[in-house]
Order: sequence, then C-alpha cells, then structure tokens
Amino acid sequence: MRKNTQSIAQAYDGRPDVIAIGAMLAVFSLAALFAAAKAVDPGMRIHAYMFLTAFLIAGYALGTLVYSGRKVDTSAYEMGIVKAGVAASTFWGIAGFLVGVIIAGQLAFPNILYFENLPFTSFGRLRPLHTSAVIFAFGGNVLLTTSFYVVQRTCRARLWGGLTPWFVFWGYNLFIVIAATGYLMGITQSKEYAEPEWYADLWLTIVWVAYLLVFLGTCLKRKEPHIYVANWFYLAFIVTVAMLHIVNNLAVPVSFAGTRSYSLFAGVQDALTQWWYGHNAVGFFLTAGFLAIMYYFIPKKADRPVFSYRLSIIHFWALIFIYIWAGPHHLHYTALPEWAQTLGMTFSIMLWMPSWGGMINGLMTLSGAWDKLRTDPVLRMMVVSVAFYGMSTFEGPLMAIRAVNSLSHYTDWTIGHVHSGALGWVGYISFGALYCLAPWLWNRRELYSKQLVEWHFWISTIGILLYITSMWVSGIMQGLMWRAYNEFGFLEYSFVESVEAMHPYYIIRLLGGLLYLTGAFIMAYNLWRTARGDVRVSEFQKRQTTGVVAAPAE
Amino acid sequence: MLLDRHGFFEKRGLVLTVAILVVVAIGGVVEIAPLFWLESTIEKVRGVRPYSPLELAGRDIYIREGCYVCHSQMVRPLRDEVERYGHYSLAAESMYDHPHQWGSKRSGPDLARVGGKYSDNWHQQHLIDPRSLVPESVMPPYKFLDERALDYRQIEAKLKANRTVGVPYTDEMIEQAVLDLHTQVDPFHDNYDAFLARYPKAQVRDFDGDPRKITEMDAMIAYLQVLGTMVDFSTYQPEENYR
Repeated sequence: MRKNTQSIAQAYDGRPDVIAIGAMLAVFSLAALFAAAKAVDPGMRIHAYMFLTAFLIAGYALGTLVYSGRKVDTSAYEMGIVKAGVAASTFWGIAGFLVGVIIAGQLAFPNILYFENLPFTSFGRLRPLHTSAVIFAFGGNVLLTTSFYVVQRTCRARLWGGLTPWFVFWGYNLFIVIAATGYLMGITQSKEYAEPEWYADLWLTIVWVAYLLVFLGTCLKRKEPHIYVANWFYLAFIVTVAMLHIVNNLAVPVSFAGTRSYSLFAGVQDALTQWWYGHNAVGFFLTAGFLAIMYYFIPKKADRPVFSYRLSIIHFWALIFIYIWAGPHHLHYTALPEWAQTLGMTFSIMLWMPSWGGMINGLMTLSGAWDKLRTDPVLRMMVVSVAFYGMSTFEGPLMAIRAVNSLSHYTDWTIGHVHSGALGWVGYISFGALYCLAPWLWNRRELYSKQLVEWHFWISTIGILLYITSMWVSGIMQGLMWRAYNEFGFLEYSFVESVEAMHPYYIIRLLGGLLYLTGAFIMAYNLWRTARGDVRVSEFQKRQTTGVVAAPAE
Repeated sequence: MLLDRHGFFEKRGLVLTVAILVVVAIGGVVEIAPLFWLESTIEKVRGVRPYSPLELAGRDIYIREGCYVCHSQMVRPLRDEVERYGHYSLAAESMYDHPHQWGSKRSGPDLARVGGKYSDNWHQQHLIDPRSLVPESVMPPYKFLDERALDYRQIEAKLKANRTVGVPYTDEMIEQAVLDLHTQVDPFHDNYDAFLARYPKAQVRDFDGDPRKITEMDAMIAYLQVLGTMVDFSTYQPEENYR
C-alpha cells in the first residue's frame, strides 16, 4: 500500500475490501430491486426499498471515498468507527429504554396508551421492539464498539479488513432498523429475541461472518505474543452467537418475495431449540461479551491488573461450557421430556460457580484501589454493575430449580430477574465503558462532568431498585395467587384478580423505568459535551483550586 | 499445572476459535439432538391434525400481533393449572406448530385450551374492546381485526411451506386450500363434507357474525376456538406415555 503514495485513489483501486464490498452492494442492490418488484406483501416491498436505499447510499459513500483519494494511515488505530459506535450505542440505548417505558406505561394505564385502530402501538408489537432495541441495538452496538476498541489496543494492531469494520457497523445497524420497522408492521417469526424474519436473519448472518473475520483477523495480525483475556470472551461471544443464530432461525420462507416463513422445527423440538438460543443470547450476548468489557475496562480504570490470571482461565472455559446446557430451565414442567429439564436445571445450578468466579475476578481487581470508589463514579458504576451480575447470577440458578420455577415461571419475577441483569449488569458496565471511551477517543483529559455521572448513577440506581423490587413483589404475588386455594378446596382467585392486583406495582415499575431513562439522557448530554471538548466550569475551577498545594482540606 | 499451558491457546487464534466452537457445541448436541430421534419425546395420541387453512391464517395473525408475549400455550401438570385451564399440555398437541407458541409469560391467562370455553361473540367483543367485558384487563384492543378483510392470497403457498417443514398436508389439501378456507365460514357450502373429511371435527360457521366477508376476526376466532380441542382425551392413556 505504501508504494502507491502518489495517487491515493490508486491505493484504493486494488484493495480487496473495496472490491468485495462494492461487488456485494451491487449484487444485493439487484436482489433488493427484484424483491421490491415481485413483493407479495407490503412489508416486503417496504423492506426491499429500505435495503435498496441503504445499499445505494453505501455505494455512493464508497465511491466518494475512493475518488476523494483520502489518505488512510494504516499504521494508526481505526478509532473513527469506535467514535461512531459510542454515538450509536447512546442513541439506541435511549430509544430502547424509551420503548420500555412506553410499554410499562401501557400495562399500568391500558385505557390511555392503547389505540384501537393503530396496530403498531399495541403491546404485542412494541414488546419485541423494546427487547430487540435494548439487547441487540444498544447491547450489540456497545459490544461492536468496545470490541473494536479493545481488540486493537490489546493486539496493538489496526482493525483487519480495511473498510470491512465499517461494513459490519452499518450492516448491523441496518439489520436493527429492518428488524425494528418489521416488528411495527407485524413482521415476526415469534421466536423470542429472534423475531426478525428470514431475510433479516440472512443479512445478519453475512454481517456476523464479516464481524468474525474482522475480529479474528485483527487477533491474528497482533503484535502482542498473547491474546488478551477480554478477547477470548469477545471471540466466544461472536462464535457462539453465530451458531445459535443460524440453528434457531432455520426456516422455510413461504415465498422468496414475501416476509413470512415457517420454522424448520415444531413443538417440543422447536421450544428447546428456541430456549437453547434464548438462554444463550443471555449467556453469550449479554454475559460473555460484557464480561470482556469487564476484563478490559475495570483493570484499565482502576489502574490495577486483573486479580487472577488462572481464575480467568477457569472462569472462561467453565462459563462457556456450562452456559450452553442451561436452556431447558425455561421449560420446566412443560411437555419437554423430564430428563432434558433435569439436565438444564443441574447445569444452571453449576453455572453459579463460574459466574461468581468471574464476579470475584472483576471485583478483586480493585484490591489496593478501593478508595477510587469514592472519587471515581465511573469506576463505581462498573463495580456496582459486577455486583448486580453477582446478584442476578445467584437469582438465576435459584429460579432454575424446578420447585422454585413452578412458582416463578410465567410471572413478573422473571421480568424483574432479567432487568436486574439487564439494567444493573449490562447497562452499568456499558455506561461505564462509554464514560471511559469518550475522553479517550476524543483526547480529553476528563469527562465534561463527574457530577453528572454521580447524578446518572444515583438516579438510575434508584430506578433499578424500584424496578426489581416491584417485580419481585408482583411476581411472587402472582405466583401465589394463581395457586391459592380457599377453605372449600376451590381456586381462590380468578386470573383477572391477579391482573388487578398488579396495578400498583406496574406503576412503580414505570417510575423505575422513567428514572433509568432519565439517567441515560444525562449520560448522553455528558458524553456529547465531553466529545465537544467542554469541561463544566464549576468543576474545572474546583480542580484548579484543589490542585494548589496550600488548598484548604475539604 | 495444566493452567500454565493455557498459553497454547492464547498464542493461536484459530485454535482458540475452534476450541471454543467445540466446547459450546457439546451441550446443545447432547440435549437437543435426542429429541429428534427418541420416540418417547412425543406421545401417541389420537385427534391431532394439521390446522385448516382458516385456522392457519388465524394463527399467523396471532403471531403477527405478538399474542405469545403475554399468553402462554402450555398448561403445566400442576394442580392449580389443570383446574384453571384443563388437562396439561401434551407435546403431541404442538407437533405441527412451526414455530411453537408455548410462550414464557402470562400477563394474560394461558390459551392452550381456550377453544370452546367462550362463545365466538365473546371473543369478538373481547378482541374489539377487552375492557368492555373484563374491566381490569390490560390487553390491547384489536378492533381493526374486525374491519380488515383477510388476505389469503398466499394460503396455498403457506400450506406448501408447512409441508416442506414436515406438516402432513396432502396435495389435495393444498389444492383446495382457498375453497376450504371459504367453506369453514359457510356451513351451507357445497364443499362442506369434503372439508370435514380433510380436517375432522373442524368447526364450521361464520365466526364474526358478518357473512358478507371473511375478516381477520374470522380467522383469529377460528384459531382460538380450535386451541386445545384436537386431542380426544377419552382415549388418551397417560400410562402408555411415561417418559
């Protein structure tokens, strides 16, 4: 590449990544055009045009880039994509939390927030929008962003594949938009957390393979002798999600120009495949990937090495081996054969150990730096995140016990459990990473305001507590009401009485969600001001004065 | 110590990738694969048949509207559930469900055996305005189902796709799909006997009370009314199916 310094445009000419992406865009544009012309349902027509528009914009951007002759310093890290990722993560986080607040509101105030002639506003369509937006749009962008950052720093190598990382970033976000608009139009295959239809799944498969290539390619050209522990977790996340995604989404489309497909599996086999996928979406998307964040950002921010290298080896292999088995605990007492349920329960309980091993490894990394919890709200957020991880990975095995599950299953307890993991663990470790990345990426000495991080931390922590405690109470109450008998041996409550009893807790949950959303807005503002290079005046002055030797003790 | 040899993986990216794939594949292979060949996984029962075209169309609407996010279709063998909802669900009852609708949350009641419990008219009014019948309900209103004509242009192709994934639709069922769909909302249709021969015990009537058109409401109610009604429990012997 360096030979062609005279004409940078030439440098692009022979680049395989530009040719590959260009060719792919051309082929896919044709396919999209074909699908748009032949579409058998309006959903497919809209999506085909959306794909086409995206491909044309990408083609235009690619062409502009090639002819602009912009010089790419291939010896430097690719940080532009990480910056874009921080923005995308923040945006999708707020969008996902907002939809969550809306649907929480619908369950609390159905008379106000439902519209009988606007199908796209119903709970059934918005709930997948919420789950996908927070898991795949917010969580996924955080994982892409941090993995692109971490793999470069820990391998001391620029991202592999030239423009391929950008293809992954935009391709993934295109998938999100297709999935989200699809839910609103009622395009879903009804497999929880795998709702997007066959064509969106195929597109994600292509993007994901490219992601694996970029990540692995960067690992392979590293200048460090060892692959760092965070990268093992990212790699496990990428590889396993590929496997889960492909197997669980095997389906036969009704027409290649239509949105609808039918799952390859049926009934009991389909149910176990789905929860093998579903539980490991938790295990590998929401756990392994975010543990990678823990293994890089906590040591970095605490300025301490990881507590134990050996523990991280055990943590890694035990976690990924055992997690895969835990799926059947979603199917206790169902028509799934009992041997499978028992296996799932057993491994779920075993999973407690590697989970806590990881938690200990994360928390103990702070040995000798515990005082920073007082002064560094970002580090505190990440440590609280790991504490939430410990809490929900204790609660999970408990709920996986058949006897407990007979009460907790189908109730809000599950929702509360998920949110202690999602808001506490995934959310906080993500916020922590974003707070770290903003000053690092934009070369600022500090965040715009530590005070605002404090506000974010406390507001959203109160939000989480309101959320999970209200769901504990409502969930356990639901379970007890359903199985309550009166003195004559009849069921004590009708179903709808349990619904009625939920009302106050649904309002508390809504309040918790609102607080959490508020916190995210505060973060977005703080990140934006940091990127702009601002420092909050009051905090700047305080820093100036406390920096002086003779400053009075606080 | 073994842990000290871990550097082997840390220095070889491809080996690490393959090792990860092997380790994460084991659990799924051991748990899921046997379900496809162990005959005891699905009980032997009488009565389970593929969905009629109208029921399948209704099921597609059920999926489209995301009903599964609040309603399970899986009665567990627990005393309160069996008393509240009926006989516990059998694996055989969802053997033609691509994909299954077992669900994971009951913001509303289980629907596995809702068929025949309420009148068509009740379902229609409940879907149009849930709180007009159940004031405490938190269910969204689905008034538009009552107004929208059912789009069944793809029904043949849908039956065919289901056959590809293993539902035993015959050539005849596929060819007659549109006719059968019309028949199920019209008890005086010439095709009545042939339809019932293809889909035994299917319920034939105008589900939404408007014989002039076939609406999404017709399909939805037809699906709800067949849920959990196929198996003949008078001939079912649980002892034969101990697993």
